[in-house]
Amino acid sequence: MGALEAVILTIITASTPLLLAAIGELVTERSGVLNLGVEGMMIMGAVCGFATAYTSGSAMLGVAAGLLAGVVMSMLFAFLTQTLMTSQVATGLSLTLLGLGLSGLIGEAFTGLPGVKLTVLDIPFLSDIPFIGPILFGHDILVYASLAIPLGVAYVLFRTRLGLIITAVGGNHHSAHALGYNVIRVRYGCIAFGGACSGLAGAYLSLAYTPQWIENMSSGRGWIALALVVFSTWLPKRLMIGAYLFGTVWIMGLYVQALGVAIPAQLLSSLPYLVTIVALIIISGNKTLTKVNTPACIGQPFAPER
Amino acid sequence: MNVDSSSEYLLEARNIVKVFGELRANDDVTLSLKPGEIHALLGENGAGKSTLVKIIYGSLQATSGQLFWKGQPVTVANPAAARELGIGMVFQHFSLFDALTVTENIALALPADVDIGALAGRIEKVSNDYGLPLRPDALVADLSVGERQRIEIVRCLLQEPRLLIMDEPTAVLTPQEADQLFVTLERLASEGCGVLYISHRLEEVKRICHDATILRHGKLVARVDPQQETAASLANLMVGAEVAAVKADRGGVPGSPLLELVDLSLPTNDPFGVALKNINLTIRAGEIVAVAGVAGNGQSEFFDAVSGEQPSANNETVKMSGEACGRENITRRRRRHAAFVPEERIGHGAVPDFPLSENVVLTHHAVGEGVVRKGLINRAAARDVNSAVTELFDVRKGTPDPEARSLSGGNLQKFVVGREMTREPKILVVNQPTWGVDAGAAALIRQALIDLARSGSAVLVISQDLDEIFEISDRIAVISRGEMSEAYPAEELSLEQIGLLMAGAHEKAPEKAAAS
Repeated sequence: MGALEAVILTIITASTPLLLAAIGELVTERSGVLNLGVEGMMIMGAVCGFATAYTSGSAMLGVAAGLLAGVVMSMLFAFLTQTLMTSQVATGLSLTLLGLGLSGLIGEAFTGLPGVKLTVLDIPFLSDIPFIGPILFGHDILVYASLAIPLGVAYVLFRTRLGLIITAVGGNHHSAHALGYNVIRVRYGCIAFGGACSGLAGAYLSLAYTPQWIENMSSGRGWIALALVVFSTWLPKRLMIGAYLFGTVWIMGLYVQALGVAIPAQLLSSLPYLVTIVALIIISGNKTLTKVNTPACIGQPFAPER
Repeated sequence: MNVDSSSEYLLEARNIVKVFGELRANDDVTLSLKPGEIHALLGENGAGKSTLVKIIYGSLQATSGQLFWKGQPVTVANPAAARELGIGMVFQHFSLFDALTVTENIALALPADVDIGALAGRIEKVSNDYGLPLRPDALVADLSVGERQRIEIVRCLLQEPRLLIMDEPTAVLTPQEADQLFVTLERLASEGCGVLYISHRLEEVKRICHDATILRHGKLVARVDPQQETAASLANLMVGAEVAAVKADRGGVPGSPLLELVDLSLPTNDPFGVALKNINLTIRAGEIVAVAGVAGNGQSEFFDAVSGEQPSANNETVKMSGEACGRENITRRRRRHAAFVPEERIGHGAVPDFPLSENVVLTHHAVGEGVVRKGLINRAAARDVNSAVTELFDVRKGTPDPEARSLSGGNLQKFVVGREMTREPKILVVNQPTWGVDAGAAALIRQALIDLARSGSAVLVISQDLDEIFEISDRIAVISRGEMSEAYPAEELSLEQIGLLMAGAHEKAPEKAAAS
């Protein structure tokens, strides 16, 4: 395996969980809901995914359990913010704290145990092509999902009536309600989708990225995913670029460190964040694009009059 | 009740009651309407008009009472059910989505099986048919208020409605645009469509409506033929008392200039905002100058620039009492004996969760009355100011110092205007002084503005209500797309001339200038 091939493969592995979590949050935010609990949903996905895969011996069951854990966490958030009308910011932060604590408790019994690694989907002939084979066709199912989901989301958002309704609910919930759409129900659905994607991202961490359970193994990726959604101005294709840009800078930093270049390690590890900030500043230059795509109702609770 | 003739009615709402907590928003209201009839629904703010139409449109469910559609009892569970029956509604606060195109906005209101691809063509055809031209791919955010209303109307027309509900449709239109709307409504009526028409403007009700139902405090007070009534008699039915006429004796010769705007320009940071272009306006002691214009033509930006909420880059563009203050913020301008009343009374003019006395402190803190001494709030002084304001302006409230949010719209408006008036400012700038306020409160506020001007202050009023403008102002300027016309003496302007100015007749048209 050549050095370039290895670098590209690690970039893909580093970007996949970010992209998965971020695309879910993008849909949630498009419907006008700000869920700051991505980190908490992700870590719960990781621990439940690992525990299920370890107990059953099946990595695919682990993926399913991770997804389900994310959905359960997100439904807790949805019930609090949509039905009980609590503050989305406070509830999201508590969801993260809850997830980090609860995952430590569940995961205690699984610390240090050997994990079940998600297998690479072997595509006959294609996977065997040198260089291109492993890069394009040598991945597990979650890597393909992380690419397919954003494309699917882009299609739904911009080509279908469902996407129009989601954008409408996020853009002006009073108007959407006046036209007879069930704002709360649409938001429940979008929050669940966000939870599912975050759960998948967590499962990827504990079943593919490093197939074991380590406490706090999400290590801030949920927050990066949240930043990526803003970075993308709520556009799925930009989100894919953003996730891969972040993953690339991150991995490049690690390689530079490994090569022994005399740059302080702290500077290198902060590099992805610096690049994200610079990219955000550049993007915010185009105000019209940002304004048109920003869900106007984001973070605002909606209570229909009765 | 005429039960025998009920079958000829398109819609009947019988004995509708709607209770919100303690409030009976509709109390045994009955309304009926025939095909091809334009039926006015009249009443002051809070009379229950919007509640009734929301029940008819299915956005709200009545506590008791029954709806009949073509003589048959029906339950309208939601707006989709109403649309299925053939009821369309044009909302007062448009139910549009800024970030979506015209076609997408219309698609959202149509049944799910409508082919969105073919919709653009249908929109163009229907909109041109009815003289309401629309570009299907335009983004709503880029459209004028009049154009936005067209979207709402076309959206209803595409569903081939049997009944069209319009909630204050002309409040946001120029007189010419309103005329165009009346032609459309009359054509719809002639095709057999019923129209339920909510309006505050009694002259236009007399002009186009065949029948009228009048509500007051949630109760039905009269069913009249508007052709047989005068605007004054309709107003008295709505208010339940004689509405005091505002006394506007024309002032004497205006004094020295107190507020001068010189080539005031202000770029906008907001992509959906309006940039101000070279505005020149002088207001002298003792006069009221009104700025007319259709909503969204730079009024809020203009208010921000005059008040100092958005200071200018050039100090010479704003002068108060002859001294330049363009770069000063709102507090410094207040110290120059200027006072400002913004458009949104809740959130901008007053903090909803603060008691009234604390809301007094927010605009008086730097300008005397001793509400703040050496950086500390003097609550007793603030409460005194509040009592004076509420007494002078007849602000009705349950407790001596309630939270701002607990006041009704009209009472809160009296408070935010009165709060500035008690300072006896030399310059007063008011944006939409009586928006959404009932006739009694509006008359009181207008009279106070006139009295302030006659006592030697300069008053600048930004308003979309032409009746109000003609009632109180000495001179009138018109703003459109951020450009201001010359200020003409009120008696020299006709409604039609104002309409042309509102549509932009005074704007400098670079393309025309280049062509000639």
